[in-house]
Amino acid sequence: MNKVMSAQQAVGQIESGMTIGVGGWGPRRKPMALVRELMRTDVKDLTVVSYGGADVGMLCAAGKVRKVIFAFVSLDFIPLEPYFREARQNGSIDVMEIDEGLMLLGLRAAAWRLPYIPTAVGLGTDVVKNNPDLKVIDSPYDDKEWLAMPALNLDIALIHVDRADERGVCQIKGPDLYMDDWFARAAQNTIVSCEELVDTAHFHQGDEARYVHWERAQTQAVVPIPGGAHPSSCNPFYGFDTKHFKEYNVSAKEGGFDGYRAKYLSGTTEQDYQQAVGGLDAIRKLPLPVY
Amino acid sequence: MNQTVQEYSLAELMICAAAEAFRHDGEILATGIGLLPRLAASLAMKTINPDMMMTDSESYMLSDPNPVSGRTSHEGQAQESWMGFSRIFDNVWSGKRHAMVGPSQIDRYGQTNISALGGSYQQPKVQMLGARGFPGNSISHANSFFVPAHSKRVFVQDECDVVCSIGYNPERLPKGYSLDDIDIRMVITDLCVMDWNGPNHMLQLLSLHPGVTVEQVLENTGFEIYVPTDVPVTAAPTQQQLQTIAQLDPLNWRSKQLKDNPPGDRR
Repeated sequence: MNKVMSAQQAVGQIESGMTIGVGGWGPRRKPMALVRELMRTDVKDLTVVSYGGADVGMLCAAGKVRKVIFAFVSLDFIPLEPYFREARQNGSIDVMEIDEGLMLLGLRAAAWRLPYIPTAVGLGTDVVKNNPDLKVIDSPYDDKEWLAMPALNLDIALIHVDRADERGVCQIKGPDLYMDDWFARAAQNTIVSCEELVDTAHFHQGDEARYVHWERAQTQAVVPIPGGAHPSSCNPFYGFDTKHFKEYNVSAKEGGFDGYRAKYLSGTTEQDYQQAVGGLDAIRKLPLPVY
Repeated sequence: MNQTVQEYSLAELMICAAAEAFRHDGEILATGIGLLPRLAASLAMKTINPDMMMTDSESYMLSDPNPVSGRTSHEGQAQESWMGFSRIFDNVWSGKRHAMVGPSQIDRYGQTNISALGGSYQQPKVQMLGARGFPGNSISHANSFFVPAHSKRVFVQDECDVVCSIGYNPERLPKGYSLDDIDIRMVITDLCVMDWNGPNHMLQLLSLHPGVTVEQVLENTGFEIYVPTDVPVTAAPTQQQLQTIAQLDPLNWRSKQLKDNPPGDRR
């Protein structure tokens, strides 16, 4: 089965009002090329589930978002994401603010086809108070109450990986896969962009298959886009683009998103974008972060 | 080796005081969020609690803490286990962890906020990070707080604007829980060291940094705290501690963490 398609074809499956999950973590291995492609469509009213970074900020700034389900939205070395902040402080988006671990449980519940997973996480905090749709339930086994974290069922998941074959076998060799495996499992339809499209024989070598973290049946579309995580990192290929993120952050105070969009997103393809940021070679040379 | 020295910065004093929070923890995962708490946890692992576990702040558990400055690659780090983000939660929910975090607001119950300030929840005046892992951390394991600028803006008079972590508030206690199920440990600020073992889990003063008065602490705290009759002075760093800190932070990034890098002894 050949699942390779263009970014436009893949993202064309996203419809207004859908719930989409975005893999990665803060400024790390975000499927930014797919996010940029999504910004070129007229889709709106999305619910976005993400360990958020510039993916969430840009989609908010571009008017694509009705609701964000999040535990944080941050660029890590720049703690506060400027355009998510703006959207919140304008009151222009709805939110479901939960714990990082609750999000994981919600994705697992969806993946395992459960309505909810019980947990102590969130009890006693405003996570419960500010989300009236989060139910607190009695246990059939003890006298305590528990939070019932509902399944976060995703229509679409967007994920960026190191390598994939045309059948959707995906490889991530970076130090962490974040929760990408759970995003893939929680979604009806998972769209993966990859640094390299490889033959299936690649995975037969040595221990390459050990870096495959979900089944190919969980991937419906494969989009080869080298450099597609920029300006976030794709360790071990490249680190995040500190300079670009700083400029992005400053743009919020100097004219807002329109200026950033005009400079970097006015082209019609990812190649235009990569040219605007100095080319794929420059992206591949971005140093890996050392924490 | 253990004699005290004259010259040390406030950052170094706070690192040493904060390291004490991990002394009796044994084999737990210690997580210091931010440079000074991370140095505190690293110092504790190198000196008073060698059984402690730490990560590289990315995805590996280390047998020996990494220096926080002066590294350009992961070469040579003593990694003993993979510890990616999803596995962090497995550890969190097992309870074998002690996190030291820097909340934006702390209230009289030990509840904290890093999410948003002011306005309404639908339209906050200031959006911050989001609740991150605070709800889960606070109900699962020990937590300590590190406050670089002790003020009424941090130690707020009323409840936190957004309560991100559970504290000793009877009104919010989940069914089947007692206040003793909550485990908030130390608070290290630029003025003093405190804990939550006052009467009815009140915040209580444990020690004052050299040159700081009880009045200064009270003036800068938005709620009543318990002050014992005798409040000692926070112990000065030893030579050995300062050497270890210097090894963990060869580029002295710690000197840039507090405004104007004040001396530890302000007498």
